[in-house]
Amino acid sequence: MNIHAISAIYRFEMARTRRTLMQSIVSPVISTSLYFVVFGAAIGSRIQHVEGVSYGAFIVPGLIMLSLLTQSISNASFGIYFPKFTGTIYELLSAPVSYLEIVLSYVGAAATKSMVLGLIILATAALFVPLRIEHPLWMILFLVLTAVTFSLFGFIIGIWADGFEKLQLIPLLIVTPLTFLGGSFYSIRMLPPLWQTVTLFNPVVYLISGFRWSFYGLADVSVGVSLGMTLAFLAASLAVVAWIFRTGYRLRT
Amino acid sequence: MLPIISVSGLSKTYASGFQALKNVDLEIRRGEIFALLGPNGAGKTTLIGTVCGLVRPSKGEIRVDGHDIAAEYRATRSLIGLVPQELTTDAFESPWGTVSFSRGLFGKPPNPAHIEKVLRELSLWDKKDSKIITLSGGMKRRLMIAKALSHEPRVLFLDEPSAGVDVELRRDMWQLVRSLREGGVTIILTTHYIEEAEEMADRIGVINKGEIVLVEDKAELMRKLGRKRLALQLQSPLERIPPLLSRYNLELAADGCEMIYTYDAKADRDGIAALLRDLAGSGIAFKDLHTTQSSLEDIFVDLVSDRQ
Ligand SMILES: Nc1ncnc2c1ncn2[C@@H]1O[C@H](COP(=O)(O)OP(=O)(O)O)[C@@H](O)[C@H]1O
Ligand SMILES: [Mg+2]
Repeated sequence: MNIHAISAIYRFEMARTRRTLMQSIVSPVISTSLYFVVFGAAIGSRIQHVEGVSYGAFIVPGLIMLSLLTQSISNASFGIYFPKFTGTIYELLSAPVSYLEIVLSYVGAAATKSMVLGLIILATAALFVPLRIEHPLWMILFLVLTAVTFSLFGFIIGIWADGFEKLQLIPLLIVTPLTFLGGSFYSIRMLPPLWQTVTLFNPVVYLISGFRWSFYGLADVSVGVSLGMTLAFLAASLAVVAWIFRTGYRLRT
Repeated sequence: MLPIISVSGLSKTYASGFQALKNVDLEIRRGEIFALLGPNGAGKTTLIGTVCGLVRPSKGEIRVDGHDIAAEYRATRSLIGLVPQELTTDAFESPWGTVSFSRGLFGKPPNPAHIEKVLRELSLWDKKDSKIITLSGGMKRRLMIAKALSHEPRVLFLDEPSAGVDVELRRDMWQLVRSLREGGVTIILTTHYIEEAEEMADRIGVINKGEIVLVEDKAELMRKLGRKRLALQLQSPLERIPPLLSRYNLELAADGCEMIYTYDAKADRDGIAALLRDLAGSGIAFKDLHTTQSSLEDIFVDLVSDRQ
């Protein structure tokens, strides 16, 4: 294991966050607070409680998931795309670094950042609404698994992308809509039966449901299914990353 | 002695179907300065890229210090420092940060004293904490050399090191290259400037269209270079060289109207005078004369055009 390399890349990526503190941390916090104000205050005044939890508190896990997903993807995709774009990737490719070490350091850094962000949002939310976390270990487990899985997914996008448009494409066209439609702001039980069924094809539903269960013990689908689905995404992302590295796809000519 | 780098039967065909390297065999000796000379598009960068791990070889084998570059990539890459052709650096890092990063990437524990030494040698010490984006082009190029030296490599690749570099920086760079060689580092540089190969290298390899067409000690090439050619336009054609002149290296050309004398400009400095005396003695008159010297450029053009 080239520990020095892992630590160098990890620290480099974390330093990038510090340099772009505004973009990396402050702006998601502000936008989450805005969601909170708009959805919590505007809608919350009409829907007082969802299954016994105040609406403001009910949307907190969904809000955290929303930024966890988008931030994991954007951090990881940008982290590996940018050196490709500027050409500095030559150094990584000529270094005595294995693919596993590359993934550990880039994905590890991206996941760390988005988890820190998730916790910051959690703390921000606690200023607005009373929070309770019934299953803290599960909460942490879902947080870590989701951050790692979607950082891997972002890493894949970063390698696949050959322009900034492609970098934005998947998060914008797929991930954000799926997250909004995945029960961030409502329980899928509030939907008509047909839409409940359709929604079950949305993978994000399982992530949000499991995460919310760890807070309030409320779930749209059973927590075992949530965990299973999360692990399945993780396995799928790992498989794609392994394939990329076996074939040298878009990294080595 | 085991060559520091040995390339055998190396071919590279890019995804586009273009064959950039054709069955290349090459050995680099330990501690030498080797110049890879060839026109643009010859395959120099591709060859370096395969040794360093940026380009996947289609066929063939490469060993660095006896280790296979694929099976033992950690061993081979730790030995190598690469300064690529293009200027590519991070913008917002500092020289200190980026050179320390490179050292870590190559698996070496932190060593601030070494980083300081490298930055000082490349006259970047004053700028160690500046943002890279504020450095001049020359400084950025030196910074890339500093990054390549951060992990104390035994082999240094310089791809077109003097492209867009001013005279002063070039001089400093050659100074550094020589002192590295004194420390036992093997240096491989690519260039399409003949003077550069001539000035720096111990050995020169010429590459064209993906093929190595010649590898020779520079001294040997220079000896060939040192040969001069004297052409005499005779007043009346000769059938053959008179016996009196047989001790000179002479040929007849242009149906006997021209006499060509080939000689080593350094060794037989007074050869011409003697020849002219003996010509007069044999009653051979000439209308005109001129001398030419074959340059590395001529040799290069010859080699390259032979293959076309
Ligand atoms: N990624 C690539 N895909 C296809 N062709 C390439 C690629 N990289 C280089 N080439 C081609 O291979 C040839 C050799 O390129 P290169 O090794 O860069 O030459 P040099 O460094 O001697 O100028 C050129 O004709 C170039 O166009
Ligand atoms: Mg080149």
